[in-house]
Amino acid sequence: MSTAADSWTAIAVTAAGCYAVKLLGLSVPAGLLERPLVKRLAALVPIALLAALTALQTFGTDQLRLTLDARAAGLAAAWAAVLLRAPFLVVIAAAVLVTAAVRALSGM
Amino acid sequence: MTAPPISGRADADRPQPPHPSRSRVVRDALGVGVAVGLSGFAFGVTSAGAGLTVLQSCLLSLLVFTGASQFALVSALGSGGSPFAAAAGAFFLGARNAFYGLRLSQLLRLPAGLRPLAAQWVIDETSAVALAQRDRSRARLGFTVTGASLYALWNLTTLGGALGASALGDPAAWGLDAAGPAVFLALLAPMVKGRTERSVAALAVLLALAALPLLPAGVPVLVAALAAPLVLAATRRGRDGRGGRAGQAGTASGEAGR
Repeated sequence: MSTAADSWTAIAVTAAGCYAVKLLGLSVPAGLLERPLVKRLAALVPIALLAALTALQTFGTDQLRLTLDARAAGLAAAWAAVLLRAPFLVVIAAAVLVTAAVRALSGM
Repeated sequence: MTAPPISGRADADRPQPPHPSRSRVVRDALGVGVAVGLSGFAFGVTSAGAGLTVLQSCLLSLLVFTGASQFALVSALGSGGSPFAAAAGAFFLGARNAFYGLRLSQLLRLPAGLRPLAAQWVIDETSAVALAQRDRSRARLGFTVTGASLYALWNLTTLGGALGASALGDPAAWGLDAAGPAVFLALLAPMVKGRTERSVAALAVLLALAALPLLPAGVPVLVAALAAPLVLAATRRGRDGRGGRAGQAGTASGEAGR
């Protein structure tokens, strides 16, 4: 866990940055951001970030090592829920319940 | 904050009659606002599990109000990442809202005085609802109702989740450490539609996992973001190699933008 001051810094910077890009979109003249490459990257960068975050949170530890534990089973359940087009909260619930069950049964 | 990019959701999931009544617009907007707003509970629990206080969790939902960025920030902080690496990851995830804003500004034509207020509601869901409408007044209605209901519920459920999590004790015992990655997966799934998207996702996973043992916390996710330009460059080169004119035009304007 980061220090309290670090957390507040991160919160302030994120809040300012995320608000600024929202306001920027509403305010700049159309055309400035409408280049094909910029639009394509804007669509692909979130995919890269979300895929990376999913993998890191599933297989990473706080000690910055790779590991395979109950979370992987939970993610498999979430994946199945996604394929079944389950609602957002059901996907999360599937991951949480399966992870808890596997952990309780195996001690992982 | 769970909607896929506009083109997917607005067209595929919401077949609309040519002129939906205003009450129909309100009903649809409330449906989206309530369903997604309730997910703030998952954020509150995750945020508390990552070690943020109830106040910090609530301020994030009030001030940042774009779900993927919020989840990314708290998980980076929870794993001990530097505040700036954590904020950078959250910022890059939130940058797509600028593109929603561009399209919404032409559609809604808000008075200049309202724009700073409306900006906070420019997210996946409000954009999807507003852009699905046929005229300006319905688009404004859809945007406002979705924004108001989602903002209110997201913040209330964040508070509930953050308070509830501290009552639960160790989040890992309840499997709540799997909530974060499941959220990312649920957000990601609707975005991955074609080969390029799948390649970006796969390369990002490889880059992130390879970088995890080597780089400070929070940095691997930024390294993984490089998957987007790398895959884009590779597909463009492939297209140019076959003599495609469209790829060259895109590359030329892209270089001018750098």
